[in-house]
Amino acid sequence: MNDDNGGFEPKIVGFLCNWCSYAGADLAGSSRLKYRPNVRVIRVMCSGRVDPLFVFKAFEKGADGVLIAGCHPGDCHYQCGNYKTMRRMHVMKKMLGQMGIDPERLRLEWVSAAESTRFVNIVNDMTETIRELGSSPMKSEADCDE
Amino acid sequence: MSKGKIAFYWAGSCGGCEVSVVDLDETLFDVLEHFDIVFWPCAMDIKYSNVEDMGDGEIDVCFFNGCIRNEENQEIAELLRKKSKIMIAFGSCSHLGGIPGLGNLSTREEILEQVYKKSKSVSNEKGIYPSSSVDEHGNEIEVPALRKYVSALDDVVDVDYYIPGCPPPTDVIKTAVLALISGNVPPRTEVLAPNRTVCHECKKEKRDIAVKEIKRIYQLDDIDPKRCLLEQGLVCMGPATREGCGAACPTANMPCTGCMGPPSADPLSENCEQGARMISAIASITDVVDEKNSEEDEIKAALDEIRDPVGIMYMYSMPKSILKRRRKE
Repeated sequence: MNDDNGGFEPKIVGFLCNWCSYAGADLAGSSRLKYRPNVRVIRVMCSGRVDPLFVFKAFEKGADGVLIAGCHPGDCHYQCGNYKTMRRMHVMKKMLGQMGIDPERLRLEWVSAAESTRFVNIVNDMTETIRELGSSPMKSEADCDE
Repeated sequence: MSKGKIAFYWAGSCGGCEVSVVDLDETLFDVLEHFDIVFWPCAMDIKYSNVEDMGDGEIDVCFFNGCIRNEENQEIAELLRKKSKIMIAFGSCSHLGGIPGLGNLSTREEILEQVYKKSKSVSNEKGIYPSSSVDEHGNEIEVPALRKYVSALDDVVDVDYYIPGCPPPTDVIKTAVLALISGNVPPRTEVLAPNRTVCHECKKEKRDIAVKEIKRIYQLDDIDPKRCLLEQGLVCMGPATREGCGAACPTANMPCTGCMGPPSADPLSENCEQGARMISAIASITDVVDEKNSEEDEIKAALDEIRDPVGIMYMYSMPKSILKRRRKE
C-alpha cells in the first residue's frame, strides 16, 4: 500500500453503539444508501464500552483510522456512557499526538438511529481525510530496532 | 554443600536498584549463606572477561537492572543470559523500559542533538558528537553506540522472572529472594509481586465522589491526608498500577507514578497498558459541572491540566506498551 496515490484504501475500524449509531448504520443499509466501504464496523453496547485499549490495539493491528460513534449527548441508553467517551477522547487524542499519530485519525461522532445520511456523510468524509493523511505510521516497522 | 552463585548487573539505570539491594539489610546475610556473589560491577572489582571465562549456566541467578539503551547493555545482557540459569529483570527499567523508556518519544538523533548541541549549558561549536570509535591521543577507543530505541530486557533476551518497582520495594525483593533460596520457585515468566492494584493497599478514604477538574499538585492549596488523591483531583496512577509497595507514595501524600507497572493477566492483551487503564479511570472520576450542557470546552477545561499524558501515564512502561514509541506521520 502506498501513500499519496489513488491505490491507497484506508482501513477504518468503526465502533458503533448498539442503540443509536449501529441502528443508524443499519438504516443506511436498508435505505440502500451508498457509502465508502472503508469502515469495518464493530458493534458495541455503548460508545462508553470502547476502552482506550481497543483504539490503541486497532492502530497496532494496522487500522489507518478509528471511528467511535455513539448516541447524542443526553441520549445515552446508559445515561452517561457517551460523556465518559468524550472525556477519554480528549486525553486519547493528546496521547496519540504525542506518539506521532495524527489525532485526526481518531474521530468521535454522534449518530442517532434516524441519522442514516449523517452516518454516510461521516464515513465518506473520514475516508477522504484518512486518504489524505496516508497510511498509518504504526504500520511502518522499518524503523524498528537495529 | 556448595554455594550457589548470583550476579548483579546494571545496564541503562540510575543505580537506585543497587541501593535497594543494599537496603535488604540482614536478609543479605541469609542470601550470602546460600550464595556467593560472583559479579557485581557496582560493588566489586571484576571485569567482563571474568564472566566470559565462566561456563554456560554457571551463575544460578542473575539480577539484571536497567534498560537496554546502548550496545554494551545488549551485549552484557546476552552474555549474562548465556551464563545464568535464572535471569531476573530487576526493577522498572529492565521490566518495562522504565523512565529511560520515555526516550522513545524522541529519535536517537534528536537526543544527541539536544544533549550535545542545543542544550543551553553546552557549547559545541565544532559539532562533535559521540561516535562509536574515538581517536584519543593516537589511540583508537571504541565506545558503545546508542541503540535506536530503548528496549526492556525481555526484548533482547529470555527472562525468567520479573521483580517490578523503581526501585523494587524491599519486601518484594525479600519475598522473591527467600522463595529462590527455599527452592519454592513460581512458574516461569511470572512477575514476583502481588497482583492487585495500589488502591487495594492504600489506606486513604474513597468517597466515590466525582472531581470537577484535574489539577497538578502545586495548584492544590491543601491536601487532605485522609482522602483519596484522585478524588482531590490529582492524577494518581494507583488504579492502573500493581501493588507491593504498600502504597508508599500516596501514604506520603504524593500521587502514585506507576513504577510497579500494570497488574498482569490482562485478558485482552499481553501488552502493559497502564495508560489506557488510566484514561478510563480519569474519564470515570471526572464529572463536568452540568452534564446536560457539557460541551467540548468544558471537558477541555476539566482535563487540560493533563499536559503530558504519555509522560504521566506511561512514565515507566512505554517501550512495552502497544504504541511503544513516537512514530512519524
